[in-house]
Amino acid sequence: MKPGLIVRLVVLALLVAFVVTPQSFAWVFQPLTKNGQPAIYTQNTLLVLTLSHLAIVAVATLLATMLAVGLAILVTRPFGAEFLPLSRSLANIGQTFPPVAVLALAVPVLGFGWQPTLVALFLYGLLPIFENALTGLTTLPPAVTEAARGVGMTDRQRLIQVELPLATPVILAGIRLSVVISVATATIGSTVAAWTLGEVIIAGLLSNNIAFVAQGGLVVGTIAVLIYDGLSAVERMLMRRTGQRTGT
Amino acid sequence: MTTVETASPRLPLAVDKLGVLIAAVAAVAAFMPFAAFRANRIVLGEAKGIFAALPGWEATLLVLVLLAGMAIAITKVPTLWRLATSLVVVALLFVAVGQAGTYLTPPGDRIARVSPGGGFWLLVFAFALLAADAITRLKLKPWRRIAVLAAVAAFFAILLASGTLNDLSILREYFNRGETFWREAQTHLELALGSLVAATVAGIPIGILCYRSDALRAPVLNVLNAIQTIPSIALFGLLIAPLAWVAANVPGAALLGVAGVGAAPAMVALFAYSLLPVVANTVVGLQGVPPAADDAARGMGMTDWQRLVQVQFPLAFPVILTGIRIVLVQNIGLATIAALIGGGGFGVFVFQGVTQTAMDLVLLGAVPTVALAFAAAVVLDAAVELVSPREIPRD
Repeated sequence: MKPGLIVRLVVLALLVAFVVTPQSFAWVFQPLTKNGQPAIYTQNTLLVLTLSHLAIVAVATLLATMLAVGLAILVTRPFGAEFLPLSRSLANIGQTFPPVAVLALAVPVLGFGWQPTLVALFLYGLLPIFENALTGLTTLPPAVTEAARGVGMTDRQRLIQVELPLATPVILAGIRLSVVISVATATIGSTVAAWTLGEVIIAGLLSNNIAFVAQGGLVVGTIAVLIYDGLSAVERMLMRRTGQRTGT
Repeated sequence: MTTVETASPRLPLAVDKLGVLIAAVAAVAAFMPFAAFRANRIVLGEAKGIFAALPGWEATLLVLVLLAGMAIAITKVPTLWRLATSLVVVALLFVAVGQAGTYLTPPGDRIARVSPGGGFWLLVFAFALLAADAITRLKLKPWRRIAVLAAVAAFFAILLASGTLNDLSILREYFNRGETFWREAQTHLELALGSLVAATVAGIPIGILCYRSDALRAPVLNVLNAIQTIPSIALFGLLIAPLAWVAANVPGAALLGVAGVGAAPAMVALFAYSLLPVVANTVVGLQGVPPAADDAARGMGMTDWQRLVQVQFPLAFPVILTGIRIVLVQNIGLATIAALIGGGGFGVFVFQGVTQTAMDLVLLGAVPTVALAFAAAVVLDAAVELVSPREIPRD
């Protein structure tokens, strides 16, 4: 096994161990507490918060991916060509909106809880995926699409057998960006009462307990880095498989 | 895209697909609540349609303008007309919602609140979409885009100064905390711009080093990538303990403003986030310098330093500026989160508003943040285009 992989597995094992049995790590966080504050957050178990955090991100990303890729396919067909220039600039403009603003503005419509977080994650997550899907579908090597046309493939066959597989690594890069932003925004979602790991950090900030802040931050930070890393690896693998060069 | 442009003059009354969609959205929005009236700040709102929110003739006028706007959206009129129409409709919508505030508030009542309703926002969205489409199709030159932005900004400045919108709830929130608003605005800008300047000053030399040294490049970029992946609030939080330690144990640090909570961890975190785009784009920009240009410079007997300053850096500058654009837009958004660790900024209003369920207070924080981020994106995109060589198409 490569050393890089071993490091990742060790980090993952530590993360799982900490989330499942946080009390056995209490000694690590004890020095950060003052005046007999508890070292480990127990209002909700870390396991529940972690799973709920991941579930919100997963559902939002799944829905965003389906809609974003669908829309990107639509506007790159002749029928939707009229929407292409606008949708491109919309994806660009939309990403200047801070995710927090999207989250806060979803509250009046949906109330408090996981719903505004899910919707904000979904809406914001659409943009990078859509942008990358557009890039992937509009920058295919012309030789390949010509060849597909030349062997008599229908539009539908070309899309499913040629265009989408070639665009998949780029789309996946969009999904990776989207997931990273979603993990971060879901953390802030706890300010609108969603069950996410942000709860631990915010509880620590409110009660001035640095141990809570540190454990929440470490768990959510580690999760984000591991997911990012894992998806990058899948992307590289797909690039190799479709014979494309790995970019930076 | 080109097919769209060439198709337009052929049939004078051809239908624009996007226009149909926009008109449909606008038609639905016109039946939704245009404004919401509340007897005080926190109770639930009473929805008011256009005819309930405005005096009869004003409501009729607004509906006629909306119908005209929809008609122009649907037909394939010249793009410049579409742009002018959409801007006029958006401007009138804002004036109308201000009027609704004055009309719905009982005279002398300082407690009642009037907020723009969902219908208003959807109408603005629909016609802003039309404007965005027109601007995209016109392929406006950078200076023209900045001019359009300046005109829009000037319009809102005049509208706010004229007092037309004063009876809206978001401005009531503003008048309740006028000085605080400007203080938080200053903090917000200091956080976003200060970290940007620091990251540029540190990031460009790091980028040059990474470009020159193969051994350094991968590890530095990987570390910066990992930092950028960590959620902002987690990074802000993780910096609290070390900075508190520095403030307590390094003589003079506390005097310089280093502290566990407040602006210091926010500034450090924003700086850390900003490094990746600056460093990565410096490396990519330098890698993209044509070898021929570099060889020619070498042939003329330029030293390493001269080549860097006079040839490589100017050629890489557009790409570096793109990195700076990413950082600025990102930091304006992220600075909102600084409020959670006592760092100030517009986020103060956003999070106060969320805890008090006072949505107009949320808007007071969110609207300037979004406007700033948007303006920064437009200006810097234009700047990138201005410094880019003409022949090489970007993206």
